[in-house]
Amino acid sequence: MQYEQWEGFTPGKWCDDEVNVRDFIQRNYTPYEGDGSFLAGPTEATKKLWEEILKLSAEERKAGGVLKADTAIVSTLTSHEAGYIDKDLEKIVGLQTDEPFKRALQPFGGIKMAEQALNMYGYELDPEIKYIFTHYRKTHNDGVYDAYTPEMRRARRAHILTGLPDTYGRGRIVGDYRRVALYGVDYLIVHKQRDKALIDGEMTPDKIRDREELEEQIKALGGLKEMAAKYGCDISQPAKTAQQAIQALYFGYLGAVKDQNGAAMSIGRNSTFLDIYIERDIKNGTLTEEQAQELIDQFVMKLRIVKFMRIKEYNELFSGDPTWVTESIGGMGVDGRTLVTRSSFRILHTLTNLGPAPEPNLTVLWSKNLPKNFKKFCAETSIATSAIQYESDDLMRPEMGDDYCIACCVSCMRVGKDMQFFGARANLAKCLLYAINGGKDELVRDKATGKPLQVSPMYAPVLGDGALDYQDVKCKYEQMMDWLAGLYVNTLNLIHYMHDKYSYEALEMALHDTKVRRFFATGIAGLSCAVDSLSAIKYAKVYPIRNEDGLVVDFRTEGDFPQYGNNDDRVDEIAVWLVKTFMNKVKSHYTYRESVPTTSILTITSNVVYGKNTGNTPDGRRAGSPLAPGANPMHGRDKNGALASLESVAKLPYDYSRDGISNTFSVTPASLGKDD
Amino acid sequence: MGYVHSFESFGTVDGPGIRFVVFLQGCPMRCLYCHNPDTWTERAGKSYTAEEVAANALKYKSYFTGGGGVTVSGGEPMLQTEFVTEIFSILKKNDVHTALDTSGIMYGRIEKQKLDALLDVTDLVLLDIKHIDDERHRELTRHSNKGILQFAKYLSDVGKDVWIRHVLVPGITDDDVYLNRLAQFLSGLKNVKKVEVLPYHTMGEVKYAKLGIDYPLKGVMPPEKERVIKTY
Repeated sequence: MQYEQWEGFTPGKWCDDEVNVRDFIQRNYTPYEGDGSFLAGPTEATKKLWEEILKLSAEERKAGGVLKADTAIVSTLTSHEAGYIDKDLEKIVGLQTDEPFKRALQPFGGIKMAEQALNMYGYELDPEIKYIFTHYRKTHNDGVYDAYTPEMRRARRAHILTGLPDTYGRGRIVGDYRRVALYGVDYLIVHKQRDKALIDGEMTPDKIRDREELEEQIKALGGLKEMAAKYGCDISQPAKTAQQAIQALYFGYLGAVKDQNGAAMSIGRNSTFLDIYIERDIKNGTLTEEQAQELIDQFVMKLRIVKFMRIKEYNELFSGDPTWVTESIGGMGVDGRTLVTRSSFRILHTLTNLGPAPEPNLTVLWSKNLPKNFKKFCAETSIATSAIQYESDDLMRPEMGDDYCIACCVSCMRVGKDMQFFGARANLAKCLLYAINGGKDELVRDKATGKPLQVSPMYAPVLGDGALDYQDVKCKYEQMMDWLAGLYVNTLNLIHYMHDKYSYEALEMALHDTKVRRFFATGIAGLSCAVDSLSAIKYAKVYPIRNEDGLVVDFRTEGDFPQYGNNDDRVDEIAVWLVKTFMNKVKSHYTYRESVPTTSILTITSNVVYGKNTGNTPDGRRAGSPLAPGANPMHGRDKNGALASLESVAKLPYDYSRDGISNTFSVTPASLGKDD
Repeated sequence: MGYVHSFESFGTVDGPGIRFVVFLQGCPMRCLYCHNPDTWTERAGKSYTAEEVAANALKYKSYFTGGGGVTVSGGEPMLQTEFVTEIFSILKKNDVHTALDTSGIMYGRIEKQKLDALLDVTDLVLLDIKHIDDERHRELTRHSNKGILQFAKYLSDVGKDVWIRHVLVPGITDDDVYLNRLAQFLSGLKNVKKVEVLPYHTMGEVKYAKLGIDYPLKGVMPPEKERVIKTY
């Protein structure tokens, strides 16, 4: 084999001049079907470090949410000297800046946002930095606003398109950080150089961009080496031990969060990969279980303190300060073996050793075929900590294979092979109101005329005061969705073009295959509200109520109508129709860089803010009150118990919303039955 | 046709496994602790055919694999005995476990033939014995318990599986003397598969307010967990 660090591993394609982490895992991992009795508690060093972090967390809360912030150093891979919590105790090192809990300055997404965030917490942006980023160095945000059309600006202002990544980092890109550990940076650079050499001949704009981006990637890999060197680590070569592997992998991730303040910075699917190194060391007698757990505990500890400087509204939108460091665990292999290893247990055990925490977002890829002992361990850990997320591996594996991970909360991507252009959401409840009002906004007024803002081109509105006619409204709704889908896709095309141009994720993309599959991730908000509204129009009598401008601003409903969330096909079919229809309209448009269009029905908390910007709807929902999260039924309308509610959601076609469907659902233990 | 109060697609406390529960309208009893006073009236709620109810329940058949099925509750479901028999007949044809959650108050008031027809398609009876003492039973429910106890014996004679349920209300149904008498009575039955002590709760109180009825047990607190355990 090429490297002595690979001794003891079963060779294969992965070391035959390829970058192929999945092949390495498949040939070398040890499935584990036993229970968690082998696990070790935290070491003294871990406990001390964790205490220090708890102390800093308390200070941070006391300080109003931010403890320290850089105002003059722009964060890059190599912008800071090494930083430690307590150097002598740390087995896994590396901080985003030179001090723990000091937030980095990341202005490439937009200098205004960076400055606002600092001001909100009482910091002043260094004038020189401001001058540079307003005079010499353009940001993503500037690029987007230079190119936005008036229509895009109107849609944004009226919030029919909402949460767009035009002022902040798009995130959702997960580098294959395992590559740093398995191959070392030099090997990766050689492969990227080769890829670049192959892009030759007729210099089309695409080829020029690809060549430039590859060079950026190569430079970023060089920067990563330099960053590690500041901590006294050489990651140019493959990792030789478990400690080195975890350290190298973490450096890869650390580089990504130093480079990007993304909306979700997930870490991939690492525990089974790392298990191979841990098992090798344990077999060689150079590592004990306690030491193995210490490495995992300290790795997770570092992931828990990833922080970004963000404006307060952002935290409001997400009800917290999430970083979405999602780590995907377990699942089944396509050959039928489980991908659960001892380290799947070890990483979940951090919830016990360090106590529960929302980050990293530990996500178990659940299959009915997972080993019984692991299922039991997950259940016990869930009961004790309420801190595990579960997603259906059985549903995702057929399409994605067995080396995919979750970005953010539900977006699945093959590690190092897929990336996505995150696209926030289009508000379909509001779109229905636009269909009724011919594209005039029910809440926002034109600044110049004081009249309701005409957001779309002037479409024919619903006329008269008679009961709304279902066929008429449905036809108008389809036309309005045609307009919205087109505008939405084009707005995202523009945003992602600019993000690539001014805030390119060079390091994360260096840890992807050069020929990457790109997803164009659109999203839907207000599904259940739109569906119930259509149901009301179809099955009851809904009369429009107009204001002095003739605009429909409220509705009077006579009679009952079936409501989504009761496993009633009469209305659930409308939901299925709506998802398929909107997705098909999205698909009919050109999507940037040959990306594959997907959609998600997934708002976890932002539905509250979207609801604030949506007027009265025909289903009886009042203006300003929340929409339901994700694909949830509207609050209180599911009247036939949990299964009926879940069955309604389960009818939504996953093939048309591959980027994920979410349903927020909580139960009290007692409602799951009596514990005999 | 029958009168239905509501459906619960994820019932986990009315019989074994995950159950689809049908709550029917109408009840002759007026138990002081009743938590569903909105089911008292007979011709209320929504009317459905037995086929519609069964079809609704069968949507959840895949969830019944762990021993679950369908429970018909109320109200007092035996006020609509033929309707329930029809529902259960369809469910039995589809191999679904059926449970009847009843107070037994209708025993002796419906023809034996109709009762037997219902029991033929009923796998399990959840029989609620409110109080073992007749006098106290009258105070609690405005009815005698004689028919109910006879029904319990009848079920024992015909060998129908029964779960006995007893609601524990502090100061009303938790007297050790009566609990012992109840236990003695139950030991004479041959078909009791399980005895469930249901702790009284106050979740029904809001419904009384909504219906404009005075809540008869105002101020009575749910029993302590230890008290419930001791009852067994």
